[in-house]
Amino acid sequence: MAKINLQNIQKSYGNNPVIHNLSADIEDGELIVIVGPSGCGKSTLLRMIAGLEEINSGEVIINEKRMNDLEPMDRNIAMVFQNYALYPHMTVFENMSYGLKIQKTPKDEIISRVNEAAEILELSELLDRKPNQLSGGQRQRVAMGRAIVRKPDVFLFDEPLSNLDAKLRVQMRLEIKKLQRKLNVTSLYVTHDQVEAMTLADKMIVMNEGNVEHIGTPLDVYQQPKTLFTAQFIGSPAMNILNGRVDGNEIKFANFKTSSAISFNGDVYFGIRPEHLTIDKEGPIKVQVEFIELIGSNTLIHCRIQSSNEIIVVSVPGIVEENLSRKEINLNFDQSKIHLFDQKNNMRINQN
Amino acid sequence: MEKKVFFRGWFLPILLISPQLIISIIFFFYPSGQAISNSLYLPDPFGLSSEFVGLENFFFLFSDSYYLSSFVTTIFFSTSVSVLSMGLGLYFALLADRIFRGAGIYKTLLIWPYAVAPAVAGVLWMFLFSSRIGVVSWYLGLLGYDWNHALNSEEAMGLVVLASTWGRISYNFLFFLAGLQAIPKSIIEAAAIDGASFWKRFRTIVFPLLSPITFFLLVVNIVYAFFETFGVIHTITSGGPEQATTTLVYKVYSDGFVGQDLGSSAAQSVILLVVVGLLTVIQFKYIERKVHY
Amino acid sequence: MIERNKKGYFMSHLGLILGIVFIFFPVWLTFVASTVTQEDILQPPFPLLPGPHFFENYSYALFEGTPEGYGNNIPVIKLLINSAIMALGITIGKIIISLLSAFAIVYFRFPGRKFFFWLIFITLMLPVEVRIVPTYEIAAKLNLLNSYAGLIFPLIASATATFLFRQFFMTIPNEMVEAARMDGAKPMKFFIDILIPISRTNIAALFVILFIYGWNQYLWPLLMTTDPNMNTIVMGINQMIPGGDDFGHWPTIMATSILAMVPPVIIIITMQKFFVKGLLESEK
Repeated sequence: MAKINLQNIQKSYGNNPVIHNLSADIEDGELIVIVGPSGCGKSTLLRMIAGLEEINSGEVIINEKRMNDLEPMDRNIAMVFQNYALYPHMTVFENMSYGLKIQKTPKDEIISRVNEAAEILELSELLDRKPNQLSGGQRQRVAMGRAIVRKPDVFLFDEPLSNLDAKLRVQMRLEIKKLQRKLNVTSLYVTHDQVEAMTLADKMIVMNEGNVEHIGTPLDVYQQPKTLFTAQFIGSPAMNILNGRVDGNEIKFANFKTSSAISFNGDVYFGIRPEHLTIDKEGPIKVQVEFIELIGSNTLIHCRIQSSNEIIVVSVPGIVEENLSRKEINLNFDQSKIHLFDQKNNMRINQN
Repeated sequence: MEKKVFFRGWFLPILLISPQLIISIIFFFYPSGQAISNSLYLPDPFGLSSEFVGLENFFFLFSDSYYLSSFVTTIFFSTSVSVLSMGLGLYFALLADRIFRGAGIYKTLLIWPYAVAPAVAGVLWMFLFSSRIGVVSWYLGLLGYDWNHALNSEEAMGLVVLASTWGRISYNFLFFLAGLQAIPKSIIEAAAIDGASFWKRFRTIVFPLLSPITFFLLVVNIVYAFFETFGVIHTITSGGPEQATTTLVYKVYSDGFVGQDLGSSAAQSVILLVVVGLLTVIQFKYIERKVHY
Repeated sequence: MIERNKKGYFMSHLGLILGIVFIFFPVWLTFVASTVTQEDILQPPFPLLPGPHFFENYSYALFEGTPEGYGNNIPVIKLLINSAIMALGITIGKIIISLLSAFAIVYFRFPGRKFFFWLIFITLMLPVEVRIVPTYEIAAKLNLLNSYAGLIFPLIASATATFLFRQFFMTIPNEMVEAARMDGAKPMKFFIDILIPISRTNIAALFVILFIYGWNQYLWPLLMTTDPNMNTIVMGINQMIPGGDDFGHWPTIMATSILAMVPPVIIIITMQKFFVKGLLESEK
């Protein structure tokens, strides 16, 4: 059970700043996903919270206690690593009990805790095996078991599913979510996979190049992204972004106009998700179809606005029978689902 | 190539390195330093005091025909042993790589000589060629050839080279075998399809691909022949006849311990230090990885 | 390597067999010599098959040494024990200090670390033969002549094993150390509970190589033991061999030679896999 407060965290490697002034608050029992592309600083942030990296300035506070100068083992946290980091010469049981042994936990308590965790993770049959006798998914579960037995205040996950194949990843995702719900332990989960982030998070921290782009629930992040980066990073296929200019009551684009309900003048980025576009003979956006992706559950139609050479992707549910290749069509959009970003600072412009 | 992860604190690591540090200082650095300083002095005949003579010991050595010939002896000796033991090692490796069954057994049977001390190897071969009782020398006598390596310097050198080579084949065999087995079969097969015969393949593909190992072994073997063969020489010929088989290392021993000429022996040590240092630097510069910190 | 013809195989096997004959030939004759009498040896033609005196010669050599008048009568068993102590001392000593040093270099940052690294790097360059005279003097000053400590310590000074372990430690994933830190393991606990068990095969490989190196030492024991009771078996053989016109007692010399070869050969054959691994990896 833990509340985490991150205040003005900064980190540099030499002259190279990697985290700029990051602040966030995490409530007890939440599963927070820190998501962003490679190199955005998410793993570094996690490791600073774990105590594996020095914090150049700022504070990490867990349950009102300042953690900056404490060793990892004194912070009452547990971590699950990307490549499991199991001790190859120890059995599953020994791997899971090592931390407890060091803390001089009495033997029967060790046995009961390990058995308890093994049952939750379905590892009870595997306790005598060594890591090289286990499959990838099993090893991952042992890594989690090692974290669970410690009964920590906080779980830290560092891209734990990256080394698994796609199918296993989907399966394990659900298990992690269920597990966290069951144990109700505050968890910080780092991943670069935005689907993982969306499905697991109670709240998300979207990071890019050491900066926080958006902190919010998945719904919030998806429906009202605060920055251009967030808008394009979350959601697959990615949001369409067009160049536009606000002039009084209108937003002007390359080959169409729309009315504006914002008190802002200047260049904007106009965002609309593919699933919020429709093919409409009367629609304002004239495009030429370039190619079509038949997913099955939906169809992605890649189009180009000739005058501005901008690409726009439409997602149509189901299968589109008609052969639209190279045809010129018109698109329409749901006015309530548009996103506007100030081109000067890539920040969301809220509509009145 | 530094490890990113480390433990904090400085007291423990310094404690951990102290055994090695202390032993190195006492038994390596201090004696080496002594060798260098001794080389600049000439002890008097009674061993009571020494006179600083600067580089005189070195100058004397380079004008001493015995010393210069021991240089030649050493070069000849190490080259012969290296070439012969590498050649035979390569030959056996090629054969072992070629057969299917029994390769493991041959391997075991060919590597155990590594366990035999050079000094013992010397005894074995000396026994075979002993002019009075040796089996080989007796049969040579029957053929009309009078073998006596105590008198004939070519025979002495030959025997010493033979004994050292005998002990050295295993090492080279192992490395060459590993090198051959590391060559992807697909390359060989592609060449065979292109019509290359065994020897052509060897010359144009296998041997070039083995060249890093070959170079490495050459340097290692030469360094080995410099030092670890003291035992062979001491047991078979004691450096004779008339210093014909006295290598540089042997001379350091015989001048220093037997002849008690400390200044000269120390100077010789210093020269050896430089030569080996150079060889080692070459070895490491070529095999980059160890040097990277 | 592709040709599957019978002739190719036959020639290969033949070549290998000839190689084995060449390798075994001196040892075989030595063994034969150790099983016959002195007279048999002195009177050519030399026997090519073993004689009947195996037990006699070996037990005499082991427990009585050389016969009267043929050299110093130290029972060979004492020589074997001395060699064993020296070899094991060098092996275990070197492995322990190298593990400690490599651990310190890789997993800690401390002042002088780089300096220490290059310092011990230099020790790779010079085997004991180059510094024998002053090393002898130091050993004498420290009263180490004719002692086990004197046989052992100067030979653990070089840092080959340290660099081997260092290289191996560098390949261990960082996460393992971090997981251990999170589990609460202090450095030495990490070292003993995790690092050393993981290094098992490397330690075994090094054991084989160092044991052979230690057992086969010749020059250094030769210099620093004047008391025949402290002789090692490899150098002790030399004492049995005649200089000048004396005859040695050849059956004893040969038996001793065989005995000198047995322990390292046994180790290399039983631990062949480790040995090969150790050798190949140590030179990379």
